[in-house]
Amino acid sequence: MAKPMLKVDNINVFYGAIHAIKGISFEVYEGEIVTLIGANGAGKSTTLNTVGGLMKPKTGTIEFEEKNIATMPASKVVPLGIALCPEGRRIFQQMTVKENLEMGGYTRPADEIQATMDDMFKRFPRLKEREKQIAGTLSGGEQQMLAIARALMSHPKLLMLDEPSMGLAPILVDQIFDIIVELRKAGTTILLVEQNARKALEIADRAYVLETGKITLSGTGSELASSDEVRKAYLGG
Amino acid sequence: MSAFMSNLLSGVSLGSVYAIIALGYTMVYGIAKMLNFAHGDVIMIGAYICFTMMFNLNMPAFLGVLIAMAVCTLLGVTIERLAYKPLRQATSLSVLITAIGMSYFLQNLAQLIWGANPKSFKSVIPNGSISLMNGSLKISYTTIVTIVASVLIMVALTMFVNHTKMGKAMRCVSEDRGAAQLMGVNVDLTITITFAIGSALAAIAAVLMCSAYPTLKPTTGSMPGIKAFTAAVFGGIGSIPGAMLGGILLGVIEIFGKAYISSELGDALVFTVLILVLLVKPTGLLGKKVHEKV
Repeated sequence: MAKPMLKVDNINVFYGAIHAIKGISFEVYEGEIVTLIGANGAGKSTTLNTVGGLMKPKTGTIEFEEKNIATMPASKVVPLGIALCPEGRRIFQQMTVKENLEMGGYTRPADEIQATMDDMFKRFPRLKEREKQIAGTLSGGEQQMLAIARALMSHPKLLMLDEPSMGLAPILVDQIFDIIVELRKAGTTILLVEQNARKALEIADRAYVLETGKITLSGTGSELASSDEVRKAYLGG
Repeated sequence: MSAFMSNLLSGVSLGSVYAIIALGYTMVYGIAKMLNFAHGDVIMIGAYICFTMMFNLNMPAFLGVLIAMAVCTLLGVTIERLAYKPLRQATSLSVLITAIGMSYFLQNLAQLIWGANPKSFKSVIPNGSISLMNGSLKISYTTIVTIVASVLIMVALTMFVNHTKMGKAMRCVSEDRGAAQLMGVNVDLTITITFAIGSALAAIAAVLMCSAYPTLKPTTGSMPGIKAFTAAVFGGIGSIPGAMLGGILLGVIEIFGKAYISSELGDALVFTVLILVLLVKPTGLLGKKVHEKV
């Protein structure tokens, strides 16, 4: 098998004295959708934040395309081709939709921003309509689209999505998952964290189950979806 | 009528100085989420540097001002690196106390270098005035230069923040530091640049202020510093237009208070405004409450 695009090896992450991630390892291969599922507080977001450079692991390595990025700050990680679309969307509420997208392309050369933005407007026509609107006035679904589009502005090879369906109406949840599948088709590798384990396992090639900072199970999406343990704990029996 | 106009102009002129200082407070607060109570003392150092360059080394005024700006910029960045950066993860109380400590340190440093005796700052702006309304209203060059300089600074700063890449990055850091990092923004660099801009503005404020109020001593910066902080809160801390508006209004209130109510109560009035604003509209005139959509 080819070398993994992202290889997380035995990382330990602390919040002060709290040992949030206890020696987890996983890989993501190019072109895959990989999902991390688990309960609240299992360490899913912390894992993504650590890969994205917002937090540093105390020990362990994170390799992206065979380069150790474990101690790099986000400002160095983003240009390598990793984008994190954070939990709760965290778009810039007081800026316009256009300015949010421009910020997404912060690490890219100025002359390509407009073209990428036009691509985003093609993929998300709703954002084009709202281009000059202050982002805080968008609906929840539109804000999530904006957050994904903003992350895509940096041309990521690996897109990490943290709870993209959180707080959205079911029809919008379906839409978001369709977008994720389309993005993968277009060549972006996806690392997805989701509360909605059922939907996440449906689209994932492989999945890992996180429990209190440790990986307790892993397998293909369908393997995990049919495992008794996962069904009881995360899929409602 | 002419007395009113004259007071109004003095108020706007004093308020412009407060506004320039308040910009430093509000930008640093917005981006580093800290109150830099040493900001007023950076102004004082700027005034001393300009004084030394002009009167001890006989340099021309513009060179004195430029050197003061350079020294203040360096000073502001150094203070941030040495005193505040190590506390990036600390509680805001620790940072606040550090800032107050830094303020005393700078005052004592100035006393050590320049002595405690007040020095008389000679205006960098030529004396004289223009007469309007058949000579009943005189506007001094100092007033004119102060107001014009402030307007230029405010326009330039607004353009910088709204239309340059670094300016936009600053707005992002101010709104959501973590999200800004995820865009690839180097937050440390952004904070450094914010301190640099705020301190350079402090030097300009110093020269303008001392041209109008020429007594220079190691505590010269503290009162204007606190008033500018009041102005920043008045306008809505974190908001750049708020600092401008708050500064100018506060200057006008102070001068009108001194002219029409009591010359001793001018300062008290300023702080009454602070208390009233905090009671009635804690977010300030232009401050925004951030609503979160879930």
